[in-house]
Amino acid sequence: MYALRQWSVRNARVLEWLYEHFEGAMLVLHPLWLWMGYDRIEGPICATERRVKAALFDCRMCGHCVLSQTGMSCPMNCPKELRNGPCGGVRENGFCEVMPQMRCVWVDAWEGSRRMRDDSGIQCVQPPLAQDHRGRSSWLREVREKRDHRFFGTAD
Amino acid sequence: MEIEKPAPGEPLPILDGHSSPGRLERVLRAGQFAVTTEIAPPDAADAQAVFQRASVFDGWVDAINATDGSGANCHMSSVGVCALLTRKGYATVMQVSCRDRNRIAIQGDVLGAAAMGVTSILCLTGDGVQAGDQPNAKPVFDFDCMSLLRTVTSMRDQGEFLSGRALSNPPRVFVGAAANPFAPPLDYRPLRLKKKIDAGAQFVQTQYCFDIQRLKQYMTQVHDMGLTERCYILVGVGPLASARTAAWIRDNVPGVHIPDEIIRRLLAAHNPREEGIRICVEMIQAIREIEGVHGVHIMAYRQEERVSDIVRDSSVLEGRIPWHPGISQHSIH
Repeated sequence: MYALRQWSVRNARVLEWLYEHFEGAMLVLHPLWLWMGYDRIEGPICATERRVKAALFDCRMCGHCVLSQTGMSCPMNCPKELRNGPCGGVRENGFCEVMPQMRCVWVDAWEGSRRMRDDSGIQCVQPPLAQDHRGRSSWLREVREKRDHRFFGTAD
Repeated sequence: MEIEKPAPGEPLPILDGHSSPGRLERVLRAGQFAVTTEIAPPDAADAQAVFQRASVFDGWVDAINATDGSGANCHMSSVGVCALLTRKGYATVMQVSCRDRNRIAIQGDVLGAAAMGVTSILCLTGDGVQAGDQPNAKPVFDFDCMSLLRTVTSMRDQGEFLSGRALSNPPRVFVGAAANPFAPPLDYRPLRLKKKIDAGAQFVQTQYCFDIQRLKQYMTQVHDMGLTERCYILVGVGPLASARTAAWIRDNVPGVHIPDEIIRRLLAAHNPREEGIRICVEMIQAIREIEGVHGVHIMAYRQEERVSDIVRDSSVLEGRIPWHPGISQHSIH
């Protein structure tokens, strides 16, 4: 929902705090997820993630969440799905070139990132999206990657 | 100084510390004020049309940009235009937009283009499909300009595809990006340039500049951040044909910022077309004085034949004659 999405950007700092603690809890619960089986819990966790993030951010379930680096403005709402900043077509009033009725998600992202404690994330160059992650849980992928350390350094 | 002597179709040697054998890189690294322009790709399967359109720039520009479906309108591809131009020895800047091709197609095109003699590649996001003549097309945007920059750079420097698969001969290209200092969020734009440089941009060509004050603010920030040492900045300019055209562009082409003052000047002019050229020349001269600017990129849509007048009147080449087909050895300096 657009209004709630805007609220999330305005409250980026609160959400950043919540996310940090939530991630901590998810990481602590890693042995439990392992015991239950990541594949088995993918369905229910993914469904929960979809509902929560769709409400708060109009999340598109890209499977590789970067909200903490985009001021809590989901970049997948950009009609060009740009994950590294605004294109050059942003209108004078800060609205989108493609959808003139919508504020540019990167204008929001920039404002949101200014409100966050760690405001440096917006400068990280994001790799192209792994299209095969679409529709899968970003939360679980992140916990797994951070615990595996296999992708340490590239995980956000 | 002799910096250019290509046999058409044959690559120049790569100089020490250079990424590409291209003349645009040579001119910029030699500290000269560079002039680039844009060719209008024909709506025809016609090589002569490309050569004709390029010849109007002979002796006035250091490189020619070939647009990649600009404005989301269908024309001859940038790979096609560049392939033809390199046959004659022209220095080209191949624009690559993320709108129409996915990562497999783009990496293949980069290899193909470099093999055909393309030495500079400009990585762009691309206009949305709604802007063009085929708004029902599927927008791809598998890459964005940033991940495209990083991919092309790593193909060149690491010698591998995005997948990590090795290339036996990497593309020796000078990699560029676009920048728009005039679009919101204005305070983020210098940081965005830094991000592009971090991703691999060695030069940038900006959106049309009609507001010198805004450009100066941007350049001051960019200069203070040390970015002008890490990247060559070519500022975009172009002649406006009339006040009506200017107003139309302002209202319909997102990202182009035209102050009222410019429109008033065109309105008051007896000959708006000539006034548009004069504004463009003045703009170039003002841009040239700004610290950290390394050149201009002239986009003279439908007035390509006037590029020579603009460059001559602005005197930015200071007598230098950029290489062009048929130039005699003696006139090269």
